[in-house]
Amino acid sequence: MKRPFKTRIKTLKIDGIDVGAREDETILELAQENDIFIPTLCHLEGVHDVGSCRLCLVEVRGTNKLLPACMTYAEEGMEVITNSERLQAYRRQVLDLLFSERNHVCSVCVSNGHCELQWLAGKLGISHVGVPYLYPQLEVDASHRYYSYDPNRCILCTRCVRVCDEIEGAHTWDVMGRGVECLVISDLNQPWGTAESCTRCGKCVQVCPTGALFNKGRAVAEMTKRRDFLPYLQTMREGRK
Amino acid sequence: MSEKPTLATVWLDGCSGCHMSFLDIDERILDLAAQADLVYSPLVDTKEFPEMVDITLIEGAVSSEEDYHKIRMVREHTRLLVSLGDCAVTANVPAMRNRFAVRSVLERAYIENADLNQDIPVQVIPALRETSIPVHQVVPVDVFIPGCPPAADTIFFALTELLAGRKPDLRTTTRFGA
Repeated sequence: MKRPFKTRIKTLKIDGIDVGAREDETILELAQENDIFIPTLCHLEGVHDVGSCRLCLVEVRGTNKLLPACMTYAEEGMEVITNSERLQAYRRQVLDLLFSERNHVCSVCVSNGHCELQWLAGKLGISHVGVPYLYPQLEVDASHRYYSYDPNRCILCTRCVRVCDEIEGAHTWDVMGRGVECLVISDLNQPWGTAESCTRCGKCVQVCPTGALFNKGRAVAEMTKRRDFLPYLQTMREGRK
Repeated sequence: MSEKPTLATVWLDGCSGCHMSFLDIDERILDLAAQADLVYSPLVDTKEFPEMVDITLIEGAVSSEEDYHKIRMVREHTRLLVSLGDCAVTANVPAMRNRFAVRSVLERAYIENADLNQDIPVQVIPALRETSIPVHQVVPVDVFIPGCPPAADTIFFALTELLAGRKPDLRTTTRFGA
């Protein structure tokens, strides 16, 4: 989402490289423009950022705090480090916690081989999970006519919540509870199939990074997601203004 | 006895798919045999785990009392312990029962879904522990090879690297669920 004021250019350093950025640009956008890889999970081109997954944390000189690249705007004279041992350790820890908090079983998942969590684990060199698994009791919701929701595979990125609210305008999904009790729910915490606000558009299914939301009838590794509609919709809507 | 390094493989709570994948290295098993002696495995006849083994591959999660005692014994008699495959690394499918009480899992398997001899076995079959857990939550593990199963090429590569005294970098060759 762009800020409304007049755009000015800022000059800063990312990983020692001098770069120029619009002041309404985030560090993440800037890094992507300059082919610098920053891992993300909750970020989704086309909807608001929320900075919830903490994978895109970067170091900024002058502050001891790590800042999420997706929520931090470019500033004059900033010196950003996107990949240090400290950052790598925290990112691995984030993935460790995501894997241990729910019941992720890659080998029997509909999204095996097409999952962003699984892909990132490989990319960041997670060979095993260092913390004990929690094995929570979570029910699969297969009440919807076309789709299923398996909270066992949910990482609470809230992409579904945001795409349903901001793009479809239905706001069927939302978040309930805090900490490990946190859950994505439909309407008033009722079976998805009974959620009257749902338009059955399936945008949430397509943007879900894991196998938490999937088309019915898909077996192991069969669920591929199509994200191309989102930048398309965004472009078309911007053009109409 | 030859001076070659020794190799063992152990099968805990897994489907034996990792051992099958290991055998899928086909004729390269001769290369491996030239580099190491396979001294203990479900694939060979030895009954007792040797005094000291250089490299031991573990397939499967730690699910039963037998698994638990075996893995601790194996760790004591192994220099380099390798978790082979998702069950050893993450507890994978065996851990899917962890959300339910052992009693209800056994009832489901041996009574509700059994047509004949509806009875929960108490002899011969080792008792299940409360949860199925990855090997590294019981004993320290030196090398992890994720995959369900890891490809034959991955296993062969990892073993050749380990036998050459290097730690294999498997980041691009395998992953959870591969």
